[in-house]
Amino acid sequence: MNNTSNIDQSIFAKRKRSNKIGLTLSMGAMLLGMIFLLWILGVLLFKGLSAIDLNMFTHSTPAPGSEGGGLANAIVGSLLLVGTCTLVSTPIGVLAGLYLSEYGDRSRVAAVTRFVTDIMLSAPSIVIGLFVYAFVVAQARHFSGWAGTIALALIAIPVVVRTTENMLRLVPGSLREAAYALGTPKWKVAFMITLRAAQSGVMTGILLALARVSGETAPLLFTALNNQFFSTNMNAPMANLPVVIFQFAMSPYDNWVELAWGGALLITFAVLGLNILARVVFREKVQG
Amino acid sequence: MMSNMKSMFDLNKIDSQGGKVETSNQQSDQAPINALEVRNLNFYYGSFQGLKDINLDIEQGKVTAFIGPSGCGKSTLLRTLNRMYDLYPGQRAEGEINFYGQNILEPGQDLNLLRSRIGMVFQKPTPFPMSIYENIAFGVRLYEKLSRSEMDERVEWALNKAALWTEAKDKLNQSGLSLSGGQQQRLCIARGVAVKPSVILLDEPTSALDPISTGKIEELINELKHEYTIAIVTHNMQQAARVSDYTAYMYLGSLIEYGKTDEIFIKPKRKETEDYITGRFG
Repeated sequence: MNNTSNIDQSIFAKRKRSNKIGLTLSMGAMLLGMIFLLWILGVLLFKGLSAIDLNMFTHSTPAPGSEGGGLANAIVGSLLLVGTCTLVSTPIGVLAGLYLSEYGDRSRVAAVTRFVTDIMLSAPSIVIGLFVYAFVVAQARHFSGWAGTIALALIAIPVVVRTTENMLRLVPGSLREAAYALGTPKWKVAFMITLRAAQSGVMTGILLALARVSGETAPLLFTALNNQFFSTNMNAPMANLPVVIFQFAMSPYDNWVELAWGGALLITFAVLGLNILARVVFREKVQG
Repeated sequence: MMSNMKSMFDLNKIDSQGGKVETSNQQSDQAPINALEVRNLNFYYGSFQGLKDINLDIEQGKVTAFIGPSGCGKSTLLRTLNRMYDLYPGQRAEGEINFYGQNILEPGQDLNLLRSRIGMVFQKPTPFPMSIYENIAFGVRLYEKLSRSEMDERVEWALNKAALWTEAKDKLNQSGLSLSGGQQQRLCIARGVAVKPSVILLDEPTSALDPISTGKIEELINELKHEYTIAIVTHNMQQAARVSDYTAYMYLGSLIEYGKTDEIFIKPKRKETEDYITGRFG
């Protein structure tokens, strides 16, 4: 009896020790990440907050050398680009994900689709920008909002495809069987039962894709470019926050630099908001 | 299919008026009618044979129970009866399963129509991600066009059949997932009953439920057998004894013994059956 309890004690002490080491290491890693995140947010708030005022939302970007100005054209442009990108990439991405999970499964087409999607997921966004430049902008001989939409959609679609497929795979097979057992045709099982059961997960994927594209700069540099004036014409070059930030931050004008900080703050909190929204949507579903 | 259905309803009437049939019918007095007749059924998961030469009749308006240790093929047999296995490539069945005279294993069968005639309820409750009302209306809409008021009636009727109406009538618009496990399972039964199939297959319907919910489902089976033919797979031998008229004991993919439940449980013919039932094996 004594013997065994001694052994237990030594094992217990050892476990406690390794637990402490593991905990310290993971806490350190967490702190390192948090410090940089808070640092970035802190600098953004410190430098950007002073730029945020009503003018920023009502005035368009200032001409070189002129005073004041705002980001109205870039904000509206970004909303238009991201909005149209959502309209294009959601149906394509969700349908492709549905195909991969419910129809293709182990077929060759599905395997190729998955492979291509994975490559697209990790493709540098500047490459996608150049691709759209070569095939859309160069052909049309001018930059345009639509070219920007296409470039953003090419980045968003793989994200939506992958999350949709993964979320649909989480739906238990028993639910599909139950639907088939009532005599439900396959397309109705896929669209009305499986997709519905995975609804919030799919929504989360779309929101995360949006968060991803709304901060993209490189693909827009070659496609939507920029526009100094307020414009909602998708066939013309279009102002947008990332490119304005890129150009203004490197400019010699103080008011431009300040606007760049304001825009950066705005876009960061928009992305943060989208991420939080995605989490809330997903959690609600999981709970009930 | 239609003629089969019609004759089935006639037969139902004859069944319920057994006395009259005896005097008017020229043949043997109580010729039982089989809803399903399984003949020389072999079933394969890829190269593994899951069922070996099964022969058995499932009588109309009765409860037939399949018992046996895990992996004996009882669920597999149940899943051949509505061709559920067809969803999975590599699974195939050989032989005959006659559903009111029609071999459902023949190629070219409309599986959706077949499954609307032979319903199934699963081990775990599987409410659809929609309201209680929609859970039931979903299946009905697949094959019938009902007006709003007719649908309301059908939903109430089905929920009543599944003894869920009093508990659910005030929250028909709430999600089916908001119900308790036992209620969810009764919702699934209501959903299956609502499309008015002629056979209901129950695959261990109470194994995930507490004793009270189990009791309710068993009562329900006793109610439903007046109008439906029921086949049930169960791990619980007391349950088989309580609810079924016929019992099939299966082992390693073979049908060892099949007969009236009383006889199987009181004096089984085969030693293996007796060993399993008395708990000496398992």
